[in-house]
Amino acid sequence: MSADFLYGIEVVLNGLMAGVMYALVALGFVLIFKASGIFNFAQGVMALFAALTLVGIMEGQVPFSHLINEIFGTEIHHFGWHVPALLAISLTLLVMVAFAWAVQRFLFKHLVGQEPIILFMATIGLAYFLEGFGDLMWGSNIKTLNLGLPQGGSRVIEDMTAKLGGDDFYGFFIDKLDMVATLVAIVLVLSLICFSQYTKQGRAMRAVADDHQAALSVGISLNFIWILVWSLAGLVALVAGVMWGAKSGVQFSLSLIALKALPVLMLGGFTSIPGAIVGGLIIGVGEKLFEYTIGPMVGGATENWFAYVLALMFLVFRPQGLFGEKIIERV
Amino acid sequence: MFYREAGDFKTSYDADSQTFPIAFDRYRYWVVLAVAFLVIPFVINDYWANALLVPFLIYAIAAIGLNILTGYCGQVSLGTGAFMAVGAYACYKLMTAFPDISILIHIILAGGITALVGAAFGLPSLRIKGFYLAVATLAAQFFLVWLFNKVPWFYNNSASGQISAPERFVFGIPVTGPNTEAWAMYLICLVFVTGSAIIARNMTRGSMGRKWMAIRDMDIAAEIIGVNPLRAKLSAFAVSSFFIGISGALFFAVYLGAVEVGEVFGINKSFLVLFMVIIGGLGSIFGAFAGAAFLVCLPVVLKLIGVDLLGWPPDLVAHFQLVIIGLMIMFFLIKEPHGLAQLWRVAKEKLRLWPFPY
Amino acid sequence: MSDTAVQMQEQQMDGYTTEDGRKIGGVMMDLRSITLRFGGVVAIQDITFDIRQGEIRAIIGPNGAGKSSMLNVISGFYQPQEGEVWFLGKKRPTMRPYQVARQGIARTFQNIALFEGMTVLDNIMTGRLNFMKTGWLAQSIWLGSAKKEEAINRQKVEEIIDFLEIQTIRKTPVGRLPYGLKKRVELARALAAEPDLLLLDEPMAGMNVEEKEDMSRFILDVNDEFGTTIALIEHDMGVVMDLSDRVVVMDYGKKIGDGTPGEVRNNEEVIAAYLGVAHE
Repeated sequence: MSADFLYGIEVVLNGLMAGVMYALVALGFVLIFKASGIFNFAQGVMALFAALTLVGIMEGQVPFSHLINEIFGTEIHHFGWHVPALLAISLTLLVMVAFAWAVQRFLFKHLVGQEPIILFMATIGLAYFLEGFGDLMWGSNIKTLNLGLPQGGSRVIEDMTAKLGGDDFYGFFIDKLDMVATLVAIVLVLSLICFSQYTKQGRAMRAVADDHQAALSVGISLNFIWILVWSLAGLVALVAGVMWGAKSGVQFSLSLIALKALPVLMLGGFTSIPGAIVGGLIIGVGEKLFEYTIGPMVGGATENWFAYVLALMFLVFRPQGLFGEKIIERV
Repeated sequence: MFYREAGDFKTSYDADSQTFPIAFDRYRYWVVLAVAFLVIPFVINDYWANALLVPFLIYAIAAIGLNILTGYCGQVSLGTGAFMAVGAYACYKLMTAFPDISILIHIILAGGITALVGAAFGLPSLRIKGFYLAVATLAAQFFLVWLFNKVPWFYNNSASGQISAPERFVFGIPVTGPNTEAWAMYLICLVFVTGSAIIARNMTRGSMGRKWMAIRDMDIAAEIIGVNPLRAKLSAFAVSSFFIGISGALFFAVYLGAVEVGEVFGINKSFLVLFMVIIGGLGSIFGAFAGAAFLVCLPVVLKLIGVDLLGWPPDLVAHFQLVIIGLMIMFFLIKEPHGLAQLWRVAKEKLRLWPFPY
Repeated sequence: MSDTAVQMQEQQMDGYTTEDGRKIGGVMMDLRSITLRFGGVVAIQDITFDIRQGEIRAIIGPNGAGKSSMLNVISGFYQPQEGEVWFLGKKRPTMRPYQVARQGIARTFQNIALFEGMTVLDNIMTGRLNFMKTGWLAQSIWLGSAKKEEAINRQKVEEIIDFLEIQTIRKTPVGRLPYGLKKRVELARALAAEPDLLLLDEPMAGMNVEEKEDMSRFILDVNDEFGTTIALIEHDMGVVMDLSDRVVVMDYGKKIGDGTPGEVRNNEEVIAAYLGVAHE
């Protein structure tokens, strides 16, 4: 097999794994949208905030240190301790649950019944707020996330696949971190699907996603379900934040993932979990392949927009996405 | 007492549908115009112009444009930043290619070019609706910004990739370039704002406005009673992009002077103008002004308090700005989803009765 | 179709005058062998009937019979898989709904389809859209032609507002009106288009006796003063019998009766469809 073709396969593999990451972020959106009809633009910032909080707790940072120092003239920055990873993750999870509760109590409780565009704008406001809040709390400089996850290219795979090509083929370069991320994502998706299908709360969630009134009439507490859903979304955000953050550091650009999830959702439909996954994979592979083949001819950086154009073309032919519910209009 | 309609009978349909039915409003309108055109140019200084008035005027035009598309016609667009870029780059190419023609013509032509581009990117709206359309406009946003970055023809092959506005004059007075004075910047923007507002008002109160609103409220019923949805939606995109293009051209040529497309016309710009339209009030020309004023003044006020008053470092203040803007947006959406325009309308209703309670 | 009805049709192909002096013309809308399917569901099965100029034609039948779908076919919203629509003696090609509207067909809807964000006046003015021809340029300047056209059309709309007695709610946003008034505004919007054929989908739904009398009076006046042909779907048998010249009865997508109210009332199939059949 020619080296070019093999490199093409490598691109596809990397694309698949990037796609899994996109799907992970898109999942958070689908969860919230299914249960409450809200498109949560803040999902990306939630990932950033979760990662920031995790690093902050692990490093023993004092929250709001910059602000406190400014007001009181002190110079404190760290508590001086380091929290082990597992405990830190649990604590961060608690923070995300508290966040879910606060968002429900102070924001969405007052916006019941509003049009989707208003709800969407509210989540953009939430995103801005959370970004500034996270910066105030933990500082806006880039942090490194050190969870002891394996990094760097996998030598094992490189060696295994080197034989496939000619003499100048060095074997597939697959980042170990990407593989871990894929595994984690698969585990997460499977557990979410199991949770939603087989547990009592999962069933309640699906009931709420279908019809608020009907769910209320059988005794399901909408508030509780919404807090649950936002907490789950927070969990997904945390995982996504950790994976992306371990790869490229915890910084502002993490919040831009939200924007990448949008074409995934357009493709897969806003209400479908398998759609988010398939959509993510298609976008991941499509992006990388396009950049690999056509990118060099047009100056590169096509990944900025290709996902959107791809999703747009899909939508023109199938306005509800691949898995979304078909919109039938009646008069 | 003074704010009354009683005794003010309209004797023609024309008078009945005028913009300011109450006499007091009409006088107020003329007073505001008089102050804007005759007083402010003499008292304005560089700081006020650059920090507040000029961006307010320019964003007001963009907000009027987006309001037509989203508020009157119901098509959500997140591509405003990119369309402003189209206006800016069109103006730049025209200015450099035809240096002898007045910049006023260039700006209007730039608006026209943006109208065509906007209509083209509006074609998906025939198949895709609501949310999906909003995300589809993001394709326009990201693609156009990438295009202006990558294709050297757009920035005349300059090494930096930036575009800068050459010096131009109107009636012998510089309006672009380093020698421009504050009042000249202000006045040229004011002229465009006034023209845009009048044209927008006329279009929205006639049959075009009704077609747009019909599509917004129930597009199926609209089609069944005879509205051609293709023409209505594309005309909304075109007219809206015309105004947004003009605002982009002014933003580049008059206000900033030089632009790097990714920073200035990115997605944050799209969100900013959308916030202005929503906070100001969808479907209201006044709302466009109110929203633009609010979102231009708020960061300036916060900076004044934070940096000048409290002496905090700018990055801390920047974080606070994000927090407070986010809070204000959420607060507004909870308290008054119809925006400042609605608050204004309610206030006027109360004023019509004052000093009586009902 | 009963024998008498066939006889009647053959004798009166070119129009006739009713007992109370109203003129009924030739065939205006002819629906031939219409079949409409949604996936596996057959909403309308091989239905043929016509509507004559100047008459009031009722379409009745139990719920789910396909009556609204029939109106949707007439107004061009649904395209039938089989069959032809003939309008004013010519076969109608496949058209978008707005093109059908421009041919002179207006309608009201079962669940009100008004533009809730606009005032009553603006809603009715949208009915005049096909008469307003000034371009965008003239409108943006709002001098001369645009202003004049607006005033002329406003005048026509005011006439309709007087006719339907809704003067006091002109400037009220439609979203705030009670149901009965909304129905009247919808009728006004349809009338504003000066249609040749007016389709009414359950105009009396949800009304009390007084409101029904008012609406019946309006419908008769519209037919009388403007000569508008009217096709209406209605459940209230009293209204149907009193108002209409001819009646079409549908059940499960098929036509089970077609003729004058008297004939249809005594048709056994119709009675069976509405009241059910006794099983022995």
